[in-house]
Amino acid sequence: MADALIQQFAETIRAAADAKRPLCIRGGGSKDFYGNTPAGDPLAVSAYRGIIAYEPTELVITARAGTPLAEIEAAMREQGQMLGFEPPHFSGGATLGGCVAAGLSGPRRAYAGAVRDFVLGVRMLDGRGTDLSFGGQVMKNVAGYDVSRLLTGSLGTLGVILEVSLKTLPLPPAELTLCCEQPRTEAIALMNGWAGTPLPVTATCHVEKRLYVRLAGAESAVKAAARKIGGEEVNNAAEFWRNIRDQRDVFFSGDTPVWRLSLTPTAPGPDVPGPQLVEWGGALRWLKSDADATHIRNAARKADGHATLFRRGHSHAGAFHPLPEALMQLHKRVKQAMDPAGILNRGRMYSDL
Amino acid sequence: MNAPVQTIPVDYERQRAVCAALRAFMPEHSVLFEREDVTPYECDGLSAYRQVPMVVTLPENEQQVCEILEACCLMRVPVVARGAGTGLSGGALPMGNGVLLSLARLMNILDIDPAARTARVQPGVRNLAISEAAAPLGLYYAPDPSSQIACSIGGNVAENSGGVHCLKYGLTVHNILKLRVATIEGEIIEIGGGGLDAAGYDLLALMTGSEGLLGVVTEITVKLLPRPESARVVLAAFDDVATAGQAVANVIAAGIIPAGMEMMDQPAILAVEPFVHAGYPTDAAGILLCESDGTHEEVADEIRRIEDIMTASGAHLVRTSHDEAERLKFWAGRKAAFPAVGRLSPDYYCMDGTIPRKRLAEVLRGIAAMEKKYALRCANVFHAGDGNLHPLILYDANDPGQLERTEAFGAEILKLCIDVGGTITGEHGVGVEKIDSMCIQFRSAELETFHALKHAFDEHGLLNPGKAVPTLHRCAEFGRMHVHAGAEKFPELPRF
Repeated sequence: MADALIQQFAETIRAAADAKRPLCIRGGGSKDFYGNTPAGDPLAVSAYRGIIAYEPTELVITARAGTPLAEIEAAMREQGQMLGFEPPHFSGGATLGGCVAAGLSGPRRAYAGAVRDFVLGVRMLDGRGTDLSFGGQVMKNVAGYDVSRLLTGSLGTLGVILEVSLKTLPLPPAELTLCCEQPRTEAIALMNGWAGTPLPVTATCHVEKRLYVRLAGAESAVKAAARKIGGEEVNNAAEFWRNIRDQRDVFFSGDTPVWRLSLTPTAPGPDVPGPQLVEWGGALRWLKSDADATHIRNAARKADGHATLFRRGHSHAGAFHPLPEALMQLHKRVKQAMDPAGILNRGRMYSDL
Repeated sequence: MNAPVQTIPVDYERQRAVCAALRAFMPEHSVLFEREDVTPYECDGLSAYRQVPMVVTLPENEQQVCEILEACCLMRVPVVARGAGTGLSGGALPMGNGVLLSLARLMNILDIDPAARTARVQPGVRNLAISEAAAPLGLYYAPDPSSQIACSIGGNVAENSGGVHCLKYGLTVHNILKLRVATIEGEIIEIGGGGLDAAGYDLLALMTGSEGLLGVVTEITVKLLPRPESARVVLAAFDDVATAGQAVANVIAAGIIPAGMEMMDQPAILAVEPFVHAGYPTDAAGILLCESDGTHEEVADEIRRIEDIMTASGAHLVRTSHDEAERLKFWAGRKAAFPAVGRLSPDYYCMDGTIPRKRLAEVLRGIAAMEKKYALRCANVFHAGDGNLHPLILYDANDPGQLERTEAFGAEILKLCIDVGGTITGEHGVGVEKIDSMCIQFRSAELETFHALKHAFDEHGLLNPGKAVPTLHRCAEFGRMHVHAGAEKFPELPRF
C-alpha cells in the first residue's frame, strides 16, 4: 500500500516533468493561505500517512508526510515527549509534511530551536520522481550535504517529502506563564535581558501592552525563576499560547494584511504604522498594516531581517522578501539541481522557482 | 606518523603562472611556493594522508579571498580552503596541482553584541577564543569540539562540528545565524541574517558541513548563550557496557536531556587513569559521565534524579562532583582519552560513526570481534547521549601492513554503523578518509543529487574537489575492489 502510493506519486511527477506541467503538492491544506497562490495540478499526499517508528529513549520519531501533526503529538504526549519547536496547526488538519515544507515554528522556537533544527532525515521524491533518502535517524550525521534541512522551509519547490525523522524532547515537568503591563520597547528589552541570563524561559509574547513569559522545567527551577521575573500568573496559559501559535488570537483577525517580520531581536521599531505582536524574544514581529510592501520590507532590511506577507496579501506584492540578485541566481541553480523541469510548487515561494 | 606520502610532480610552469597571477594583487610574503614553505601545509589532523600543495596563499581580508578565488576560477586551478588544520578526515588535504587557501590570518573578532547575544567573527578565529571574549559578558559559544583550543570557527562551519554538549545545545548548524561566503567566482553572498530565519532556501544549513565544496566562508555570526549558573557531573561505573547503555536510555526516558553524556569502555579507562588520575575505577567495564547544567535549582533536582537512575540501572559506583575542581577532574580523563591512548601505541586511528544507542552492545561486540580479525587493539569512547562512537584503533605505522589493516578495520566499523541504522560520520566529516564508505551509505541517486548541488555552487568543480562526495565511477571501482579483494590496486593512481 505504502509502496504503491510512492510509485503513484513518482509516476505523477514523471508525467508532469515530461509534459512540463506544474504540480501543486497538498497535504492537510492548513497553510493554503501561506506563500504565493498555489498553482498547478494538485498532487494530494495526505494518504501517505502513519508513524513508522518512534523510539522515545532514542529521542527520534519517523513518520510519513501525510500524518496529522495532532496524531504525532498525541503519540508523543503518551510517552511524555513533544515536538520541541511547537509547530502551528492553524485551522487544523496540519500534516508533518506540510509542517516541514513550510518550515514554520511556534512560540518555543527562540528557546528550543526551529523545525529545521529538529529534522534529522528525510525520504523524498525529487522533480524527476527519484526516491531519495538523506540524513537518518541519529542525532549527529555529517555524511553528505544537509539536504534534509535544505528541504525544510522550501515550500515543496525542491521535492515531495515522503517521510521525516525528527528529534523529540521530553515534556517539561512544570510550566508557568507570567504576565505584566509593559510598553513594547521595554518589553523587548526585558525579553533580550532574560535570554542573556540562565533562566528557563520557553516563550515570550508582547501584545496589547501586555508582556507574557512562559517558564518551563523542573518545578523548583520554574518557581525560582518566577520569583526573579515577577508578574501575575496567567490561568489559561496553554490556551493563550495555542492561540498565539495558531493565530487565533484576536490580534490576527480582521481584513488588514498580516506581515511577519523576522529581525535582530534587539531591533527597535520597526517604524511602520499598524499594531504589532512581538514573539521569540523580540526576533519575530507580527504586524497588521496596509502600508506599502516596499516600505515594510525596507524597515525589516534595516533591522538585518526580512518581511513576509503572511496573510491577506495583495496580488501585486510577492509573499516573500525579494532576494539579492546573486542569491536568487543561486536559488535558481539549486532548484534546477533538484527539479530540473521546474514543476514542483512553481511560484509558491518566488516566481522564478 | 610515517605513512605513505602522495606525491605528484610539480608542474613548475603552472606554478609560476599561478603565483604571478596571485602576486598581481597579493603581497609577496602571502603567496608561498618554495618546497620548505609549503610543506607545513601537506596534511591536516589526519596525517596519514599527505600532499604538498602547488601554491599556498594566506589572505588577510575578505577582498583578497575574493580576488584569489576569482583568479583561480579564471585559471581553472582547484582551491582547498584550510582553517587551523585540525580536521580529522583529511578535508583540508591539499592538491599537488592546486592552491591551498589558508584562512588563518582572518583571525579577528569583529563585533560582540551583548544585548542580541551574537558575535561576528572571521573564519580563522579559534573556537575557544569566542567563548573567552564573551566570558566577561556572562556569555559563551556552545559547540565545544575537543580541539576547541586550536580549531577555527570557519573549519567548524565547514565540518558542522559538535562537541560533548551537543545533545542539549546542538551542533554548529544550530548555533550560527549568518555567513558571508565567497563563491568560486569571487562574489560575496550573505546567507542568513540577524533574525532567527531568512528568506528563501535554508542555505545556511546547506553550507554548514559542506566541507569547503560549495564556497569559502569569510565571516560568521554566531549565537552566544548565557553561561549556566551551575554545572555538576555524575560518574557512574558499570560491570558491562550494555548495562551502561541501558542506563543512558533510562536517563532519557526519565525526561532528562543531560548537558553531556559520555561513555568510556575499559580499554579507554585503563589508558586514561594512569595518565590523568581522574579517579575512574579501573575494574569497571564501562563508565558514564553525565553532566547537568542550568540554574542551581535545576541542577540540584536533575543531579538527584540522575544519581537515582544510575543506581537503579545497576551502577556499582556513583559519584558526583562536589565542586568545580572535581567536575573538571572527572572531565579531564575523558578529554585526555585521545592523547592517553596515543601513549599506548605509536599511532592510533580515530573513527567517528554514529549509531542508534540501543544497538551499542551489539556494535561493541562486533568491534571486539574485529580486534581479533585484524589483530589490532581498539579503545572506545562514546558521546553516549547522541550515539556518536569514537573507536580508537591502536597501530604502528612503521610495521608494514598495519596501516592497511587499520584502514580495513575502520572501514568495517563504518559498515557496521550503517548496517545498524547509523552513519559513517557524526562530526569529523567525510574528507578523503571516508570517501569510499560514502558509496555504502548512499545510493547513486543520492550521490548524483550531491553532485548536482555542488554544480549549482561550483560549476567547474574547483572547490576542494575529490573530497566528501565520491564520483559514481569511484564507487563502481570501489564496489568491484570490494568484491574481489581487500587492498586497493595501484594506490598511487588518483581516482576521481
